[in-house]
Amino acid sequence: MTDEVLIKVSHLQKSFNGGRNVLEDISIDIRRGEKIVIIGPSGCGKSTFLRCLNMLETPTGGSITFEGTVLTDPKTDLDKARQKMGMVFQHFNLFPHLTIMQNLTLAPVTLNLKSEEEARQIALNLLKRVGLEDKADKYPSTCSGGQKQRIAIVRSLAMNPDVMLFDEPTSALDPEMVGEVLNVMKDLAKAGMTMAVVTHEMGFAREVADRILFIHGGVIEEEGTPEDIFDHPKSPRLQQFLKAIL
Amino acid sequence: MFQSIYDTMIAGQRYVLIFQGLGVTLLIAICAIIIGTILGCILALMKISDNRLLRGIGTVYTTVLRGLPLATQLMIFYFVVFAPLHLPKLLVAILAYGLNSGAYCTEIFRAGIQGVDIGQTEAGRSLGLSKRQTLFKIILPQAVKAVLPTYTSEFIVLIKETSVASFIAVMDMTKAGDMIRNATYNAWIPLLTCAIIYLILTLGLTKIFDIFEKRMARSDR
Ligand SMILES: Nc1ncnc2c1ncn2[C@@H]1O[C@H](COP(=O)(O)OP(=O)(O)OP(=O)(O)O)[C@@H](O)[C@H]1O
Ligand SMILES: [Mg+2]
Repeated sequence: MTDEVLIKVSHLQKSFNGGRNVLEDISIDIRRGEKIVIIGPSGCGKSTFLRCLNMLETPTGGSITFEGTVLTDPKTDLDKARQKMGMVFQHFNLFPHLTIMQNLTLAPVTLNLKSEEEARQIALNLLKRVGLEDKADKYPSTCSGGQKQRIAIVRSLAMNPDVMLFDEPTSALDPEMVGEVLNVMKDLAKAGMTMAVVTHEMGFAREVADRILFIHGGVIEEEGTPEDIFDHPKSPRLQQFLKAIL
Repeated sequence: MFQSIYDTMIAGQRYVLIFQGLGVTLLIAICAIIIGTILGCILALMKISDNRLLRGIGTVYTTVLRGLPLATQLMIFYFVVFAPLHLPKLLVAILAYGLNSGAYCTEIFRAGIQGVDIGQTEAGRSLGLSKRQTLFKIILPQAVKAVLPTYTSEFIVLIKETSVASFIAVMDMTKAGDMIRNATYNAWIPLLTCAIIYLILTLGLTKIFDIFEKRMARSDR
């Protein structure tokens, strides 16, 4: 982890269609190389927070700055910024009409960042890294959930992002497939990737996180190292939450 | 039996009328589906756009053209809308069916586009693709596959509906059958002939489209 702030979130606020604030007031600096894990009860706004980071949801207040670019400024070219922010979804969202190889090369080639040949080479190396090079010319429908999620991760990596956002990447998986996906994420963490991960996998959080955010009532109720959060929780709400899930 | 078929259909080369009518029927249906498809693509994109005016135009168009009976529309187009232009009946029929089919195609395409999982758009956008790139590279290819069955059945509906064209005295196949009935006082031979030809057309096309769709589905494996 470096001291350079990669993503600066200040006083982030979000409501849907004029309803109550899902996110009340959230401020946090994410440093390059840092691994943040976000936890909290269902419906507390973890996904909303993560999706605000790459502006899939438009915040109703506050600002988000990524690598010096103010994403919340309406004049910002979001497409450009998103090229450097990978996102992995609970339900994979692979493109079913394309082969695995085409899933990986679509964005780099369409955006003219790589030639078809370069993109294929990079994709092949990435697929090797997760042990799925034999799937290159198959369609997503032929893959298991765990394989799909590993492919979704390397699809994002094919854009060579500076940060990876994960929204419950293992929640839709059969238990026996959770491990293979977490292992890919752990390797990525070791390689120095900046990561923001929403997950219920507390073992992963403890092992990988530099910092854990506990969101409740639209604010960061408590934050700290895994030891702080799991071994010495201060907020009664966090204590209650941990008791319920552990 | 054979004598009466001969007398009604073959004598005086009346079967030629049926074939001419069939030609007109197919001409209207094919031209209309082409116009309807182009119109449907444009209006569907308007209906999913962020621009309220474009969306409004699309909604008014589809609501009105799908809300009126086809025969009424046909007469409105012939006696009112296109009347000052003095266009040939056949052309008016083609335009009217095309404009009408455009409204149905719009709804078919819009439903197809919006039926694609929102996660697909989110995945595309999160990779840095623009709205347009996401639409053309990710959403539309999936939508096309999804709408194929309803789209092909729209074409079959269109073939059957061309029989209404006789309301403005276009010589389609139904009209041809009717004329033979008038000339020969035999109703069931000419009308049965028409019915059989319609059935061959609709069943045959259904079968062909089925095979085509199965081919498309297989490319997913
Ligand atoms: N598009 C939306 N429109 C309206 N309300 C929404 C929308 N998305 C989320 N919400 C609401 O915002 C709140 C937070 O949702 P969010 O999905 O961020 O929670 P979460 O912490 O990720 O929950 P979970 O653990 O179930 O995934 C919920 O009350 C939800 O109903
Ligand atoms: Mg969520």
